[in-house]
Amino acid sequence: MTLKEEVSMSVAELQRLTRSTSRIPQATPDNKAALAFLGPWVLGAAVLTLGPILASLYLAFTDYNLLQNANWIGLANFERMLTDTRLHQSLVVTFVYVLVGVPGQLLVALALALLLDRGLRGRALYRSAFYLPSLLGASVAIAVLWRLVFGGSGLVNAMLGVVGIHTTTSWIGSPDTALGTIILLHIWTFGSPMVIFLAGLRQIPVELYEAAATDGAGPWRRFRAITLPLLTPIIFFNLVLATINSFSSFTQAFIVSGGTGGPSDSLLFYTLYLYQEGFSSFRMGYASALAWLLVLIIGAFTAINFWLSKYWVHYEN
Amino acid sequence: MRTDSTNRPGAHAAVATAPAVPPSAARRPVDGRQVRLTLRRAGKHTLLILGVLTTLYPVLWMVVSSLRPDGDIFGNPSLLLTTFHAENYVYGWTALGRPFSAYLLNSAIVVIGSIIGNLVSCSMAAYAFARLRFRFQRPAFAYMLVSIMLPIHVVIVPQYILWAQAGLVNSFWPLIVPKLLATDAFFIFLMIQFIRGLPRELDDAARIDGAGHGRIFFLIILPLMKPALATTAIFTFIWTWNDFFSQLIYLTDPQKYTVPIALRSFIDAQSTSSFGGMFAMSVVAIVPLVLAFALGQKYLVQGIATTGLK
Repeated sequence: MTLKEEVSMSVAELQRLTRSTSRIPQATPDNKAALAFLGPWVLGAAVLTLGPILASLYLAFTDYNLLQNANWIGLANFERMLTDTRLHQSLVVTFVYVLVGVPGQLLVALALALLLDRGLRGRALYRSAFYLPSLLGASVAIAVLWRLVFGGSGLVNAMLGVVGIHTTTSWIGSPDTALGTIILLHIWTFGSPMVIFLAGLRQIPVELYEAAATDGAGPWRRFRAITLPLLTPIIFFNLVLATINSFSSFTQAFIVSGGTGGPSDSLLFYTLYLYQEGFSSFRMGYASALAWLLVLIIGAFTAINFWLSKYWVHYEN
Repeated sequence: MRTDSTNRPGAHAAVATAPAVPPSAARRPVDGRQVRLTLRRAGKHTLLILGVLTTLYPVLWMVVSSLRPDGDIFGNPSLLLTTFHAENYVYGWTALGRPFSAYLLNSAIVVIGSIIGNLVSCSMAAYAFARLRFRFQRPAFAYMLVSIMLPIHVVIVPQYILWAQAGLVNSFWPLIVPKLLATDAFFIFLMIQFIRGLPRELDDAARIDGAGHGRIFFLIILPLMKPALATTAIFTFIWTWNDFFSQLIYLTDPQKYTVPIALRSFIDAQSTSSFGGMFAMSVVAIVPLVLAFALGQKYLVQGIATTGLK
């Protein structure tokens, strides 16, 4: 008898057993086995996450610069934040990116998910095609492409030339439009929230639509009364996730601006500024303080999202 | 997706009413509705095809442009290739300090190390959290959950100092060791959810037959959690292949450059190098992603739909 067959027979026996006695009494705790299985994780948590978290918290109150010993400087790093105009600029850039890019991307994702809903021929093919940019969007290769598409003699200006608008102004070289190109890149990666929306749409029982149609509800009313409310938990999920991820956005702004933060710091994303402070200027104490401010900001946005959710997210009881 | 079409409301209605419609020419309104439905469907497909073309246009343009002579790249938005100019690939391959294959190899080392690390360490941790009872289980589990949300920026400075003191900056260890130590807690969570879905009776039966946790893990749980392992492997591949932040920080020696860092140095050298070569190598850089997508689509879509992976 193979192990598999043995197992399946024993399962049948056990099921009979468990039906009469409510539960098999648990043996003694598996402390030894747990230590063996969790060994790598415990080591990683201690040395690579928990340790560094505490170290980073300490460094945030020092002037550490990788070369000299760290000196405790109290709140000086946080006081510097108040007058650091580049930090303020990076906050503005990142907030605009998050507040425009995230809803923009989710709107496109939702619209396409609705178009692709149930029973459309070639649905899987469309879904794959729309999803592809999500895979590529975070890569340096696509950021390089974006540089060339929106450059002075780039693709966009060439297309404008075809319709008679001749310009050589670089979209990424001009402070007014540079951020817009990165927001567009973010919206372009709408595929992953779209797939989550599609999964959510499939959870909505068909009977609801049938009943509504029988009662004479048109497509718009069915969308407003059934689809949208039942989809709000998924929208909320996507919103929280996308907001958190967008605050960490780094690669595109770095590549498109060549690591500088772009014209007039119009592409100085928060994490790019943190990188410059910590790993170009080696002001690691200040960079640690910046990292903690980022945690606070992300935490605040997540908390606001959760607080607002009770006003618009519809949960079934 | 064929099964879907039988579930949609329209399909039910069509099946139910079809025999009831008498084949008489007097029922014109039905035909009118049919025509309207067909038109609407055609309109929808036109819209979607236009959408797909717009979405994929930049990538297609990049591929086509990589096969055009340098002077012809800009000012030519068309996707039609009149000449086949493979020289860009030859040029781009050798344009940087080392042949591009060296960077591909470095990326491959980091990616494979990360995949093995995540598969081994996360599955072990997940088994412990899902199936064992141990001291400090609750705080450990809570910490694991919190660490999923932890932005890398909070730990990157101390981690960098650690690796610098160990003299291991400019090696692949700072990129691979964290995966061997299960710091990608997200995958632990994904696997815990999967293991919890497996019937506990399987373990109990094996235990009664005298199997220890090692045997239960290797002979029962691991073989059953192949889908979760596949999802983990494919997402680790894509994330590591695309990872720029940590590779930028740890790899400053051109000998150790991975593909993203090599592509970045193309930009720095842009005044002297050709756009064609840069485009060609960018295409080379996304080929593995597209291949991973083509081969692992099922697990990708499952992973996103069930957990919200990106």
